[in-house]
Amino acid sequence: MSETLLDIRGLKTHFHTFSGLVKAVDGVSFDVRKGEVVGLVGESGGGKSVIGFSILRLIEPPGRIEAGEILFDGEDLTKKSEVEIRAVRGGEIAMVFQDPMTSLNPVYTIGRQMDEMLQLHTELAEPARRARCIRMLEDVGISEAESRLNAYPHQFSGGMRQRVVIAIALLAGSRLIIADEPTTALDVTVQSQILKLMRRQISERGAAMILVTHDLAVVSEMADRIVVLYCGRVVERGRTEDVIAHPAHPYTRGLLDSIPRITDRQHRLRQIPGTVPDIRELGSGCSFRERCFRAQPLCAEKTPELAPVRQTLDAACHFPLEETKA
Amino acid sequence: MSFLSATDGITVLIGYLIKRLLQMALVLFAVSVIVFLMMSFTGDPVFMVIPIDSTAAEIEQARRLLGLDRSLLSQYWIFVTNLLQGDFGRSYVFRQPAMDLILERLPATIEMVLVAITLATVIAVPLGVFAGANPNRPISRGIMAGSLLGISLPGFWVGMMLIFFFSVRYQFLPSSGRGETVQFLGLRLSILTGDGWSHIILPAVTLALATLAIILRITRAGMMEVMRQDYIRFARAKGASRWHILFGHGLKNALIPVVTIFGLQLGDLIAFATITETIFAWPGTGKLLIDSIYRGDRPVIVVYLMLTAFIFVAINFIVDIVYTMIDPRIAVK
Repeated sequence: MSETLLDIRGLKTHFHTFSGLVKAVDGVSFDVRKGEVVGLVGESGGGKSVIGFSILRLIEPPGRIEAGEILFDGEDLTKKSEVEIRAVRGGEIAMVFQDPMTSLNPVYTIGRQMDEMLQLHTELAEPARRARCIRMLEDVGISEAESRLNAYPHQFSGGMRQRVVIAIALLAGSRLIIADEPTTALDVTVQSQILKLMRRQISERGAAMILVTHDLAVVSEMADRIVVLYCGRVVERGRTEDVIAHPAHPYTRGLLDSIPRITDRQHRLRQIPGTVPDIRELGSGCSFRERCFRAQPLCAEKTPELAPVRQTLDAACHFPLEETKA
Repeated sequence: MSFLSATDGITVLIGYLIKRLLQMALVLFAVSVIVFLMMSFTGDPVFMVIPIDSTAAEIEQARRLLGLDRSLLSQYWIFVTNLLQGDFGRSYVFRQPAMDLILERLPATIEMVLVAITLATVIAVPLGVFAGANPNRPISRGIMAGSLLGISLPGFWVGMMLIFFFSVRYQFLPSSGRGETVQFLGLRLSILTGDGWSHIILPAVTLALATLAIILRITRAGMMEVMRQDYIRFARAKGASRWHILFGHGLKNALIPVVTIFGLQLGDLIAFATITETIFAWPGTGKLLIDSIYRGDRPVIVVYLMLTAFIFVAINFIVDIVYTMIDPRIAVK
């Protein structure tokens, strides 16, 4: 088993909004090992993105990291000063955002935006930086890289822009990439290209990745391990094969079942009944109980803790699903 | 958009320039018609130039001499053809070319306006950026309340208050005139002498106040919008400093409306610094305009208004060029 790179323990990020306290992330723990891809999965509003932003301390008021540790290489990022965390941002840990149309600054050239990353995090001189930018663009599959450095974002297609964003994220040799729905805004055909590209580039550089997505299909292809979130809590985590093949939490089961299959004879898509509850009004008990087909009175009384269900799989459920024989 | 070659770029640029020049000509033509008609309806200028005890025959003669006996259309024709030949008419009062009168006073106005707008911009933009990036801070609220005051207070009152405090009570700065001037490149300027500066500071502050408030509010609004954008978050995720994010990534994206207002304000200040110039007895064009209106000195008024229109058109043209320098998505067409 390889070394732990990132270890998140009991992270709580809350938003003190006008209409009440939103516990967007409420006691989340998981770790990322060196060179590993961890998928963070869940519905919209499940707190996935907030975890990514919390790691880089990009949470803005009214949001706040209330508790927990984010150990990166053994150092707690939540305790770092603003200047120290700036060296981590983009340097040790880089981020890729959801919408490539908006994550590049429209008034600067691609070259300048790439160069900024190297200026911030390396000591390289101008010619060396330029050479590195060109090579990086070629690595992410952009032809005529040298002349593209002078182009502006609006001259690129969505897929190309996301390649540029990925290039920027990889540029300074970060050891962890947080990719927040990196392909959601792209065409399906471009999606798989970008995913393959990210996977290859990241593994070539020995970096680790946290892939935030609502798309289980994407995760099952990309991730080594999966963390499933529901209402700001981890409901299941484990090796990808186990979680996909034999989920222990009914929520994960529901997510998997709602992926349409071409072999399915059913005409209606399956879905999880009900909607995500208002996160401001969660009381005690399992927050999934009202949508759960296995709910018992106990589920309303006691909040289930995350506990090992099988050797490589933890779940937060009083009545976890058995391993089914295929 | 494809990548334009250099020659294509130049062709586009020349085409654009020609188009803009034609537009400018059209605007100036329209202004000339309006100004000419307006002037024809505002009393008979012949009474401004003749002695009070003139006979009817003398009046008739003066009228013929000034060309006022002809039809409106032919008067306009003479006016325009003279304009095109660079003859802007003579002041009835000073018997000098009207343009010379204005140009002689223009440096005084322009230097005061430049000091005012520089002052306004240098203060307003950083404050606007700060207030836009931290909208909930008490300091930001204070800045915004202050800017409201700047917009609401009338210039003449501010000017008089400044005179009261700095010139009368503390006798710290002079209250009127340009002070010592020096000749520079054929222009008489105050800003090159210490005494000139002490004279320019109060009128410039008076003039700057409203502009400062407007630019500040526009900058803040733009920054509030920009700071929500993903590329700001991405820049933060890159590890850029707060300063660089605000002024490097943020401000440039918020600048288009700021430049627009800047241009309009600049034109406005040059053309209509009248009140401030009157209060501080600043010998600029605004004061000339007021005096000419009192004296019914029609040629001076006409030239003044034509020049004002030209200045506005020219500034707008420059502003449009600046747009393309700020935002690559805006292209010259």
